[in-house]
Amino acid sequence: MTTTTPPRSGAATSADTSPPRRRDRWYRWDVRLSPYLYIAPYFVIFGVFGLYPLLYTAWVSLQERALNDPEGAHWVGLDNYTRLLFHDPYFWNAMGNTISLWLLTTIPQILLALWIAQLLNRRLRSRTLFRMGVLLPNVTSVAAVTLIFAQLFGRDFGLINLALDAFGLGKIDWVAGTASSQVALAVMVVWRWTGYHALVFLAAMQAIPGSVYEAATIDGASARQQFWHITIPMMRSAIVFATIISTTGNMRLLAEPLLFAGGVASGGSDRQFQTGALYLYETAFRQFDFGYGSAIAMLLLIAILLVTGVNYLVTRRIRTD
Amino acid sequence: MRPRGSARRVAGALSAGLLATALLAGCGGAGSGKTKLTIGLFGDFGYADLFTEYEQSHPDIDIVDSVAKYDDHHTSLATHLATNSGAADIEAVDTGYIAQFKQNPKAFVDLNTKGGADLKNRWLSWKWESSLGKGGEQIGYGTDVGGLAICYRKDLFAEAGLPTERDQVGAAWPTWQAFLDLGRQFQARAPQGTKWFDGGPTLFNSIVGQAGVGYYDKSDQVVLKDNAEIKQAWDLVTGGVTAGLSAGLKYSTPEWNTGFKQNQFATVACPAWQMAKIQQQAPDTAGKWDVAPVPGGGGNWGGSYLTVPSQGDHIDQAVELVTWLTAPEQQAKVFTKKGLLPSTPELYDRPEITSYTNPFFSDAPVGKLFTDAARKLEPQYQGPQAGAIQEEMANAMLRVEQGKQSPDESWNQAVGDVQRLIK
Repeated sequence: MTTTTPPRSGAATSADTSPPRRRDRWYRWDVRLSPYLYIAPYFVIFGVFGLYPLLYTAWVSLQERALNDPEGAHWVGLDNYTRLLFHDPYFWNAMGNTISLWLLTTIPQILLALWIAQLLNRRLRSRTLFRMGVLLPNVTSVAAVTLIFAQLFGRDFGLINLALDAFGLGKIDWVAGTASSQVALAVMVVWRWTGYHALVFLAAMQAIPGSVYEAATIDGASARQQFWHITIPMMRSAIVFATIISTTGNMRLLAEPLLFAGGVASGGSDRQFQTGALYLYETAFRQFDFGYGSAIAMLLLIAILLVTGVNYLVTRRIRTD
Repeated sequence: MRPRGSARRVAGALSAGLLATALLAGCGGAGSGKTKLTIGLFGDFGYADLFTEYEQSHPDIDIVDSVAKYDDHHTSLATHLATNSGAADIEAVDTGYIAQFKQNPKAFVDLNTKGGADLKNRWLSWKWESSLGKGGEQIGYGTDVGGLAICYRKDLFAEAGLPTERDQVGAAWPTWQAFLDLGRQFQARAPQGTKWFDGGPTLFNSIVGQAGVGYYDKSDQVVLKDNAEIKQAWDLVTGGVTAGLSAGLKYSTPEWNTGFKQNQFATVACPAWQMAKIQQQAPDTAGKWDVAPVPGGGGNWGGSYLTVPSQGDHIDQAVELVTWLTAPEQQAKVFTKKGLLPSTPELYDRPEITSYTNPFFSDAPVGKLFTDAARKLEPQYQGPQAGAIQEEMANAMLRVEQGKQSPDESWNQAVGDVQRLIK
């Protein structure tokens, strides 16, 4: 234990014979080094589980390499990338699906979450129950959720088709169509994540001081005006956070499309709902083309960085004027 | 050396255990002085009793099995081989993946160098050949085979005015063409909501499996485009699909499983392991099923191998266990216990197999039906991406089923997709 005050004379301290010089030096080292030690665990863990795999993936992406034959790997430079970018329609198909699924999930998710947060922010009976309740979809297992939704969207005996049929609208082969399969997937994602975002939004709403609203009410602002001109701008950082989380989550969308197709990694018979992450999985882990899969992973990373940047620029425009 | 007396065994185990804990603490040893053999499986191989039996006769061996899902198992095996660590001492590999894994025979112990060359005649020749590496290395011993027959619904056949006796039914479809012709007859008077067969992909795979040459020739060239037999199969099956004979389901999906229960199809190409699944999925259909020989004679769907990854620490013990587990005596036990068909033809004439019937399937002589098909099957060479090509072809068939493309469009796209797959 280091201490800055000189020790009082006493039985315990008089036994301490170490010269004050050395203790000063210890103290200096302590002050200078211990902060780094405190933050070291994060960086060590990040280095081992984040940075190293990233660099390794970058290295593998420059090789022609089979997952089950690492010794047969050889260097091909940027070949994987040129093939992906200029000669692989399925990569662009997967990226296109990722973008359309991103739009189909993020926008309804944010709007619904705002609406739910607004509802939860009122004085409700058994508020805590509802607030915890919206988080339930988020803590259920993805696999279970997807399997149940896949049943709901089943062609022959799915509940949704039964309902459509009862209204005389006919049955839809959800998995077969491009739009229908993506809508079904979007419903799964939105159902899963809306509650989570609603809670984040609720916290942000409650952080807005009541006096702002009082002042607005005195100035004659309607509830609607208050929502658009006070609540939304003051929740900016929460909205930025939510869009970034849902964007990166969407770029990694894998389990839903995989299980929706019954475990087949092609994402539908014509790849109509194959996402970027699923294409990466199919290439690297079903076809064992590890080098090419790593190149897809690197491009996905770049895409995430780009989209997050655009996200940030757009949401930055929501500001208090 | 194994200690014999039980007192000595306990003492030996104790002292070895103490030694092991003292010396190997933290090395992941079993801690009991026994050699721990790990075995990675998928699904139910019916081995539980055999493990106990083996441990009793080999007190120094402790078998620990872990079971994963089909795709997860093979994916993690591939990564474990790639990183050269983490694989179990024994790993099961399915027929659908064996062609991919045998591309890198170095990752596995060549069983031919461990006495395999002398055991070769135990197995069906096609079973033995399909796990051979390029240089003749044997990477795994065969466990079960699927065989192939047609499971059909007697009650639905009767409703549509078709013969229901299995001999008559089998005689009515000597070829796949005859099978589909009978289907057209069936469909004209079929009960509401029932189709002739489950889905194009199942049928297509069954026909392709009988061809002398499949997707690859022996020099690993993909011959899909020029293989007339495959194109014929394609035209035949898509003809059936466009005529409305197919329920449009893909094998091994939840929807397919539901189809059994909901009477969505009257026939399905059916390997031996399928019987347990049907009984489980659709218990209400007991007694309504029967089994007839598959058109074209021979066939196989599924079956597995046990391999010994060369990264293991207990290779000799692992090889010994694999040899024992796949020996005819043990395969016979698995058959009586779980109905998994042996891959060793010397068992096929034994009364327990020839007289094996299944009441769920109207007491059809399934033991004989499936082994006949396995025996008649001609070996077909499987190239490295055979599994992935099969997936592309299943997708191609589904595009026709879903009305997304015409048979010709879908075929052309499939040829391109397969070309792209192999670069």
